[in-house]
Amino acid sequence: MSNVVQKLGAKKRAAIIEASLKKRHAKERRLRAYGVAAIIFAIGFLVTLLSTVIGNGYTALQQTQVKIDLEIPIAKLLNDEGQFDEKRLRRYGWGSSIKKSFRTNFPDVTDRMAQRALGELVSANAGFELRQLVEAAGPEATLPTSFWVKTSDDVDMLMKGRMDRNLPEQQRRLSDQQIAWVDALVADGKIRKVFNTTFFTAADSREPESAGILGAVVGSALALMVTVILSLPLAVMAAIYLEYFAKPGKVTDFIEVNINNLAAVPSIVFGLLGLSVFLGFFGLPRSAPLVGGMVLALMTLPTIIIATRASIRAVPTSIRDAALGIGASRMQAALDHVLPLAAPGILTGTIIGLAQALGETAPLIMIGMVAFIVDVPTSVTSPATALPVQIFIWADSAERAFYERSSLAIVVLLLFLIAMNLTAVMLRRKFEKKW
Amino acid sequence: MAKKTGIKIKAADVSVHYGDKQALHNVSLDIEAKTVTAFIGPSGCGKSTFLRCFNRMNDVIPSAKVSGSIQLDGAEINDAALDPVLLRAKVGMVFQKPNPFPKTIFENVAYGPRIHGLVTSRREEQDVVEDSLKKAGLWGEVSDRLHDQATALSGGQQQRLCIARAIAVNPEVLLMDEPCSALDPIATTIIEELISELQKKFTILIVTHSMQQAARVSQKTAYFHLGELVEHGTTVDIFSNPKNDQTEAYISGKIG
Ligand SMILES: Nc1ncnc2c1ncn2[C@@H]1O[C@H](COP(=O)(O)OP(=O)(O)OP(=O)(O)O)[C@@H](O)[C@H]1O
Ligand SMILES: [Mg+2]
Repeated sequence: MSNVVQKLGAKKRAAIIEASLKKRHAKERRLRAYGVAAIIFAIGFLVTLLSTVIGNGYTALQQTQVKIDLEIPIAKLLNDEGQFDEKRLRRYGWGSSIKKSFRTNFPDVTDRMAQRALGELVSANAGFELRQLVEAAGPEATLPTSFWVKTSDDVDMLMKGRMDRNLPEQQRRLSDQQIAWVDALVADGKIRKVFNTTFFTAADSREPESAGILGAVVGSALALMVTVILSLPLAVMAAIYLEYFAKPGKVTDFIEVNINNLAAVPSIVFGLLGLSVFLGFFGLPRSAPLVGGMVLALMTLPTIIIATRASIRAVPTSIRDAALGIGASRMQAALDHVLPLAAPGILTGTIIGLAQALGETAPLIMIGMVAFIVDVPTSVTSPATALPVQIFIWADSAERAFYERSSLAIVVLLLFLIAMNLTAVMLRRKFEKKW
Repeated sequence: MAKKTGIKIKAADVSVHYGDKQALHNVSLDIEAKTVTAFIGPSGCGKSTFLRCFNRMNDVIPSAKVSGSIQLDGAEINDAALDPVLLRAKVGMVFQKPNPFPKTIFENVAYGPRIHGLVTSRREEQDVVEDSLKKAGLWGEVSDRLHDQATALSGGQQQRLCIARAIAVNPEVLLMDEPCSALDPIATTIIEELISELQKKFTILIVTHSMQQAARVSQKTAYFHLGELVEHGTTVDIFSNPKNDQTEAYISGKIG
């Protein structure tokens, strides 16, 4: 009784195995090469993306300022109790005194048109920001006699080398004369570049130099919070139901097919749904992170459901049987034993879903989170915008200065994502159990 | 309360189908209280399937269909109105493969009494855990590391932990599916002694592939073949003069 394998001589057997081994090794090397190539490809793209974005955006970390000599008559701004008087504060010509002081740098400019062109070099918001500064200092403070105020975005661009001096004058946003003024100021040491804190502390603005990302970051965070709160429990419950309670059959199949389909529905459709149902029917506020989060939750649900079901199935049935065997109800078996073991997988699915949601623009535009909002949102119902929408708005603006801000905003978005993923990794470490 | 020789469980005409395939054919068997009954037979003959009928663990398998009647103390357990949770609190199970929860040793044992509300304080919980672990012969080995992960225990210790977990809710019937198949002879001996000890309180049904084990621990034996109950009776009878040729062949090691 001997089969083909047994009939082979020892030598022949060894030769055959050796020959096949060569083939196997070659195949292995080939596969490894494909893998390495794929990774190099991916990293190449990533590096290109990052270098473009950072290259375009890093200059937005700086803001050009101009020195203004100005004595603020603080006594005139106070009421009888020695407090700031709102009416007097309002009536004081912040902007015009800055401009007047600024003009003393060039006393020979007397023509009204030229004076106007000169005034354009200072930020239109400089007066407003000076007032805020004075108010923050308090009525008792001794104010300095000179201030650094923001230049206009055009000067900022010029100083950062983002405006080509060699272009014909008509194609530049600054005239030859204006550039000459700026050069004179630089020579005088009256121009400096400082870290752009405004970008991280303000919301959107018409003036690029006053525009910041904080409003959008908070808007996104609030919307994502709503998304997690809604989608995670719903999705996990739905997954448990489908895995443990649903009787296999036509209805369950139908639900399953639909959930898988839902994961592939274009996000704008969810936006339309949000517009007609949440805004139209329930009358929820427009532009609110609450509604944005609800729409994103709808989008994220199928992703989390699918991930949760997969990770529930990956838990050995022996654990569930053990729980049922001592008389745990199905729900107890699921919540006490299966879910904790499935948690790492659920987390991963959730983070993937949320990362997707974080980058989503279309549905948010549909529900009005594209509005121009100058205040940092304080609650889920206050009007807000979101990071990707802010990037979209800025990238779409004419000013060059908005363009660099949109690049920097992309960096912020990526950092946000990295922070989310790191949290996920840490939580996963915490939940992961040795077997 | 059943007497020592009373009938605890009455299985009548029990059949199990997995989809279209019938795995158990019209099995009828009476199980005596406070007795160890061994199920023996070749692999795939339906021992586990039959055992799972007693605590309705077949409910969990979507393709499984159980018919026939099983009465526990005269009450039908296949009654759709009966909550399997109640049944499983009365009929505990130890699985073939040790399956501790990936939690601490303490949590494993305390879980059952806790979900059934049988303990109301931490103190009572600790008592039950200690007592159950002692009964399962594990206390000496783990008393100083109750809050270590159960999965860090050896296979034999895990199996005894699973037994402790099952008896912590103080069931009336204990189902054991090849509890010693993964264990070395020493651990096997410990568990066999434990079974003899537990028999004073519980009705035990045990599936085993070891004839010696069946002979050592059981008073009653049932021999299955291809989903049919071929022969049953006292262990002494079955082993000394089996009436059926198949039984004899199996016991003497000719099939299986
Ligand atoms: N979940 C299931 N789905 C389909 N068929 C099953 C399932 N479980 C068991 N069976 C079938 O039912 C029959 C009896 O299986 P069972 O597990 O009861 O055998 P067993 O006697 O316990 O065998 P062993 O001694 O190997 O554990 C086998 O033919 C098996 O293929
Ligand atoms: Mg079996």
